[in-house]
Amino acid sequence: MDKFTTLYADIVKIWGEFSSQYLSGIVSTLSLAFVATAIGCIIGLVCGILQTIPYTKNDNIFKRGFLWIIRGIVRIYVEVFRGTPMVLQAMFIYFAIPYFTNNMVNLDVIPTAYLVVSINTGAYMAETVRGGILSIDPGQTEGAKAIGMNHLKTMLYVILPQTIKNIIPQIGNNFIINIKDTSVMFIIGYTELFTTHKAIAGAKYVYFPSAAITMVLYLALTVISSILLRWWEDLMDGPDNFDVATTDTLALTSGTYNYRGDKKKKRTEKQKAEKEAENE
Amino acid sequence: MSEAILQVNHLSKSFGKNEVLRDIDFSVNKGDVTSIIGSSGSGKSTLLRCINLLETPTSGEILYRGQNIETLKGGQNEYRSHVGMVFQSFNLFANMTVLKNCIIGQTKVLGRDKQEAEENAMKFLTKVGMAPYINAKPHQLSGGQKQRVAIARALAMSPDVLLFDEPTSALDPEMVGEVLSVMKDLANEGMTMLVVTHEMAFARDVSNRVIYMNKGVICEDGPPQQIFGAPQRPETKEFLARFLSL
Repeated sequence: MDKFTTLYADIVKIWGEFSSQYLSGIVSTLSLAFVATAIGCIIGLVCGILQTIPYTKNDNIFKRGFLWIIRGIVRIYVEVFRGTPMVLQAMFIYFAIPYFTNNMVNLDVIPTAYLVVSINTGAYMAETVRGGILSIDPGQTEGAKAIGMNHLKTMLYVILPQTIKNIIPQIGNNFIINIKDTSVMFIIGYTELFTTHKAIAGAKYVYFPSAAITMVLYLALTVISSILLRWWEDLMDGPDNFDVATTDTLALTSGTYNYRGDKKKKRTEKQKAEKEAENE
Repeated sequence: MSEAILQVNHLSKSFGKNEVLRDIDFSVNKGDVTSIIGSSGSGKSTLLRCINLLETPTSGEILYRGQNIETLKGGQNEYRSHVGMVFQSFNLFANMTVLKNCIIGQTKVLGRDKQEAEENAMKFLTKVGMAPYINAKPHQLSGGQKQRVAIARALAMSPDVLLFDEPTSALDPEMVGEVLSVMKDLANEGMTMLVVTHEMAFARDVSNRVIYMNKGVICEDGPPQQIFGAPQRPETKEFLARFLSL
């Protein structure tokens, strides 16, 4: 038990001294994870739209060639950035520019970190979005085409809204992975929660207590994110019931769900009746 | 002689080695209500899908007001906006309310302003009896209700011709009635319609022309009195035998 008492004392001491550093670490971790996931989603959606542009054998050679090249580029992008470690991608990009310009041009750490995590997430999201689009009933596309929508309009108004709803769990996955995996950005010197922990632990020789604090902080971040994501998912589902837009009760036929106002109305009527009974 | 809206010339369609349509020739005039009947697999739906370019014909041509639809000025999407389609599986946009389903095409394809599109949508939703349900999502509706919304969605685009691809095949008998009565009203108002159907009574009583398809070709084509009263071809007689004996 002694050890735990000491640990508790250490944690309290470290937290008291460095809480603002940890918190700013959290802020940079969260902002990097959030922005990169958002940009990654946009990259994924764009790739999804590009990859699903339809063509028939009647289309001219230029259109087919152009689409073939686009699909090839997207494919290579996905394979490269999904197939190499993000920590290596960070170094690769961060050191490439100075190498080719003989150190004349240097990238800033923060933009590089955002760039690397974004395109890495984008590679995963491209496949997620493609899967999401494939999962939508082809009838939805046919319905949109039949009223004259082109590919872009079909995607923007009909397919992607449904796709996004379906891939929210996967977006959540990526966000949570990013919260944790942004820690590898310490390699190029981006200061986030893990880097903060390393600095504090190294400076004060408090490796385990600081690691314990950091563990708890990461877990808190991911759990809170999970809860918020679930809430967002429910929000996207929309209300279970709908209002029938009429006051004519004869119009209410089978298949009609409860009128949302019903419960409240009944309650007030009940209260009114009770009040009247009391008065008598 | 009234104006031909659609003209199908020597249309053929193959899926791989499987020849689904062979040398189809017919035209649709303004105000015509044409029913296409035939057993399953005879190519009726494929024909309709070719007309709306959801399938690309292997050979032959389809003319819309005299212009080939595959090389039409304004492109295929504009052509599709003039030709409404009602599907067997409804294909209402699952992410939109009933009202939005009927508005989206008008605003995003035809470029109508929102107010006008909404009024127009309400007009047709009222016509099909779905006005009270404008705030519902498609999954909250019954099959017959969905199909009536789908018809309103197609009508809201002010199409020149409406294609129906077995609009009642996924419905129970009670719902079939409500959808057919909407279609009957449209026919009486002079809407040009091309209907693939298994509803023989509709073909006989509502349409002014019936096409019987068998094994990918038009087997017999004539007014309903001829097809149902005095069929010329033995295949037609055989196909209709069960229906006529009822």
